[in-house]
Amino acid sequence: MLDDDLLLVVLVTALITAFTRALPFLFFSNRRQPKYLRVIERDFPPMIMLLLVLYCLRDVAWDIAPFGLTELLCIFIVAGLHIWKNNALLSIFVGTILYMYLIRSEVLINILI
Amino acid sequence: MEGEQEVLCIEDEHKSSMLQAFRKTIPVMFGYIPLGIAFGLLVTHYGFHWGYSVLMSLLIFSGAGQFLAVALTVAGAGMIEIVLSMLFLNLRHSFFGLSLINRFARTGKIKPYLIFGMTDETYALITGTHVSENAPAPMIYGYITGLNHLYWVTGSLLGALIGQFMDIDLSGLEFALTALFVVLSIEQYRTARTKFPFIAALIAGGLAMIFAESRNMLLISIIIGSLLLMSYEGGRKDA
Repeated sequence: MLDDDLLLVVLVTALITAFTRALPFLFFSNRRQPKYLRVIERDFPPMIMLLLVLYCLRDVAWDIAPFGLTELLCIFIVAGLHIWKNNALLSIFVGTILYMYLIRSEVLINILI
Repeated sequence: MEGEQEVLCIEDEHKSSMLQAFRKTIPVMFGYIPLGIAFGLLVTHYGFHWGYSVLMSLLIFSGAGQFLAVALTVAGAGMIEIVLSMLFLNLRHSFFGLSLINRFARTGKIKPYLIFGMTDETYALITGTHVSENAPAPMIYGYITGLNHLYWVTGSLLGALIGQFMDIDLSGLEFALTALFVVLSIEQYRTARTKFPFIAALIAGGLAMIFAESRNMLLISIIIGSLLLMSYEGGRKDA
């Protein structure tokens, strides 16, 4: 029974998702582009990139040990490694493996408490 | 002879684009496959047919949107609530598109697919990495989008079919996506002509983190950040 409900929801969700993605292209394709579009083109990608980093931290429990230190430490290491070695895959792998280790161990909690 | 050479040349372009796109999307693969598995598990956990997991990942291709769609259906939410939630959740993609209008202007036949497949991660890769000269940009965009889509569908299929029998703990692997955004932010910082977008992001992200619900955080922060960018640019021109 629930399956039929879901099918309708799937179709509605697919349409809305595609619509929100297509909206700016529908709106601007046949018009003269306003000047602020150049600012958006230049400044949106860097702003959104950093916002995506912050968005990844949205569900961190800052008030429970280890107080988000796992995430912050790993981000710090990814950033440091990338600035130093400039190898994207290396920075990402080292950071991710460290993160997978830290969330399974009590190392940080033991250091803190 | 000439025709043959042309065919070879096109094949080379495809090969080189695909290799470049694959290298760029490796971190996304490590994020999307475990997330897709989690999504597939969720779908079958609630008793839906496994095919829904794949169907949704094929047709919707939005992680947050798909998780929310399943949750709302299970909760018995009304259609109006579903439509509004989805609009609000996905509105951030409209902002993504605003900065891609000229970049996508000459992408030809694949443009509708590029627009359809514009996830957070695909946007980050397309705007954040430089395309080398031996392959055309639209083709690389196409492969990046297609590969990400493939990883996402593959994960969903694995999760729905064999997720419950798998005994490997993949938790934490999704940090690859956070790390990817960190790396791409640094790349953006190196090439940015003005550093104000980063200040705007810190202010807007900080405010949204404190005051917005976590589900709406990205949209709210993008709106605040855009206002900051616009007023900064407006102020600079007047001065």
